[in-house]
Amino acid sequence: MTSSQGTSPRGAPSTGEPSARRTAMATLANATIADLEARLAAHPLPQEHTIIRQPEIGLVMVRGRAGGTGAPFNLCEATVTRCVVALPDGTTGFGQCLGRDKHKALLCAALDAYWQQEPLQEAIESEILAPLRNIETKRKEQTKAEVAATKVDFFTMVRGE
Amino acid sequence: MASANLEFSLAKAPAPGLQNPVHEAQGIFRALMNALARPGKLQDLPELDLNPPAPLGKSTAAIALCLCDYDTPIWLDKELAAAKDVTTYLRFHTGASFTNNPMDAAFAFVSKPENMPPLSAFAKGTSEYPDRSTTIVLSVSSLSHGQTVKLSGPGIKKEQGFAATPLPPQFWREMQTNNELYPLGVDVLLAAEGTVAGLPRSTKITFQES
Repeated sequence: MTSSQGTSPRGAPSTGEPSARRTAMATLANATIADLEARLAAHPLPQEHTIIRQPEIGLVMVRGRAGGTGAPFNLCEATVTRCVVALPDGTTGFGQCLGRDKHKALLCAALDAYWQQEPLQEAIESEILAPLRNIETKRKEQTKAEVAATKVDFFTMVRGE
Repeated sequence: MASANLEFSLAKAPAPGLQNPVHEAQGIFRALMNALARPGKLQDLPELDLNPPAPLGKSTAAIALCLCDYDTPIWLDKELAAAKDVTTYLRFHTGASFTNNPMDAAFAFVSKPENMPPLSAFAKGTSEYPDRSTTIVLSVSSLSHGQTVKLSGPGIKKEQGFAATPLPPQFWREMQTNNELYPLGVDVLLAAEGTVAGLPRSTKITFQES
């Protein structure tokens, strides 16, 4: 598996406001498996999906730009697990997340598929995605606070005379 | 490279691929490797839970899922190329691109060998790179150690009787010409239900005297 294999759903805008589906997939990919399973235990999903691409582990190239504006360069390779499921009506759900957790990729794919079903979307948004977003925001804020506490302001240093 | 104008859409989910991609693909690869190492000898493919879209046969689909990837352009015969489910299935599971020109293909899949183009239409490699040739996978209904032709050459102890149907009438003559091109030429895999046999370019073909 490489990043050049174009099997992601087409048509999603690459710039501007990310689509709702994209936001949902990102939330799932960022959640920990423990949080995901806790939410799914509280609000179980239907089990109608079949796996059309078994979870598999591969590498993607992470690229960066110096200062965010320079020429792109290859930074490193990251381990990614992906999985695709299908519902009986032909809807496909994609799961892609960093790391080697095949079970998490499968859960992400299934959630993506059910999220596209109109009757289920609202429940998934409010019962699964919203709590996961809260956890994510809290975790980010905690990291921010921890980092802020160790910040050194070089401009307050007095030059030795 | 002329790339075929074959649309790719996931409006409807493709059929599932291999259930256990690593081990099943290894099993298929072993059968294919032995098929080319022992020309004309029938090799059993592993038991697979595959339901590829018609007219793609189960054995042919197994070979495609095992060997093809984003680096190997695929040529399909008219029947396969016309079936949208087949192109979606192959593109989704292998990531390979399609080509309209058999000369550009790394693999060619033929579901109706009676109507296939001559072997000379496919890439035979170059003197510098004889490996840049097409491997042709023919779906046949029966394969046997019958008596149509005798095979001899590398990988065959004395000689090996071989028969397959259906094949185009000029097929074995073309295979003889293909053998004369060695080290250039195409390699042929014949896939029947659950079995596969190989006819590499190194195999010499003689007709049975009757």
